[in-house]
Amino acid sequence: MPYVLASAGFTPPGPSSFWHPLIGDGAFAVTRSMFVVVATVIIIGLVMTMTAKRLQLVPTKGQFAVESLYNIARNQIGVDFIGEARLRPFLPLLVSLFLFILLNNLAGIIPFVQFPSMSRFGYVVVLTLIVYVVYHYVGLKKKGFGGYFRGFLPPGVPIWLVPVVYPLELLTYFVTRPLTLSLRLFANMFAGHTLLLVFALGGEYLLLHSGNIFLQATSVASFAMFIAMTFFELLIQFLQAYIFVLLTAYYIADAMAEEH
Amino acid sequence: MSVLQAAAPVLAAAEGGEGGGLDWTYPILPHPGEVIVGLVAFGVLYWVIAKKVVPLFEAAYAQRKDAIQGGIERAERAQAEAQAALEEYRTQLADARAEAARIREEARSEGAKIIAEMRDRASAEAERITESASRQVEAERQAAVTSLRTELGGLATQLAGRIVGEALTDSARQSRIVERFLTELEQSSPEDVRASATTAEPTTSATSAGPSSGGAHRVP
Repeated sequence: MPYVLASAGFTPPGPSSFWHPLIGDGAFAVTRSMFVVVATVIIIGLVMTMTAKRLQLVPTKGQFAVESLYNIARNQIGVDFIGEARLRPFLPLLVSLFLFILLNNLAGIIPFVQFPSMSRFGYVVVLTLIVYVVYHYVGLKKKGFGGYFRGFLPPGVPIWLVPVVYPLELLTYFVTRPLTLSLRLFANMFAGHTLLLVFALGGEYLLLHSGNIFLQATSVASFAMFIAMTFFELLIQFLQAYIFVLLTAYYIADAMAEEH
Repeated sequence: MSVLQAAAPVLAAAEGGEGGGLDWTYPILPHPGEVIVGLVAFGVLYWVIAKKVVPLFEAAYAQRKDAIQGGIERAERAQAEAQAALEEYRTQLADARAEAARIREEARSEGAKIIAEMRDRASAEAERITESASRQVEAERQAAVTSLRTELGGLATQLAGRIVGEALTDSARQSRIVERFLTELEQSSPEDVRASATTAEPTTSATSAGPSSGGAHRVP
């Protein structure tokens, strides 16, 4: 599906712009994003294991950079939300989630890759499902079935409000949280990439296919916007990775909390 | 529900257009292949991070924390030691000052004692010197008296012989006369003689001459 049909005028980028089957077609086609995901796993795995093997008491520049990323997941998110004492079992999840989402998001603006994997909903669903299972499992294990389900009710709710509040809380825990967690990440990446495509393809079309010198001049503005939006995307990509992991930590901490 | 509703026309179009199956261009439908790849890829990454990365990082962090804490503890210990040493030096200094004051005091009292002793000794020495001097004077006086006695005896005899006009050659008689004369002389006023001898020399000779002449007068 080509996005630009020169003869038939400009085709704006849309959902189809994210569908890149490279080998085969249909439900099990090997897509572009798969290569990105596998490459990010290899890169993260190599960088992290190599750094871990050569950790020094006084870090080198490279070690410091990797440690800084690790510490975002560990200290800024993990320690703050879950607490140092209970963090250790969840630390691998937080670290791998953060690095995985961050690098896959950044793939959206890395030259020649330029495809954010998280704009494909399948990956986001996987990650959200893992988080969903983990926080419910942790809550059930900590408080037992009855205790966990009683814990959904916030303390201090008047008895006559319970029938109203409880279903809402149940909805929050079982529907709203996974839905917002996944959609937030997916939609941000999807929309951000679409925006970049609009400016890139629009500029390209204006420059090459408009056949009008004034319209060709406006392509400069379009490319300028593309560059500006790329930097904006950088911020969004980092922020979304951060928020996803932060909410994961919050959900886990909330499931373990004695008080609601 | 809404997802399916929204997807319906797309699905229909896909079924119509691309020969059956779902149209995976629709973004909200998770692509099964991508779900599987995502699951496996994230699973592998999680395993690597959990087994090969986090334990090593945590160990390094623990080690670093220990090193920093150990450093702080060492520094605190060193400071405490320095404080103790300072305390010790202060007490030693105070002791030394007290010791110095004590020694000074002792020296002063000792000096005073020595001075007093020296003074005593000097005064004793002076007394001793005075004593010996007076003893010497006494001895000299005795000697003078003795020599005067003999000389006076000779002179008186000579004088008496001349006055009488005859030489008293008989020595035994002569010496008897002299002896008697002197005994008389001494008995007459021994206190006067001694007193006058110690007070002044010229008077001594005068007084001794006085009685001797008086004695000489009484000799015949």
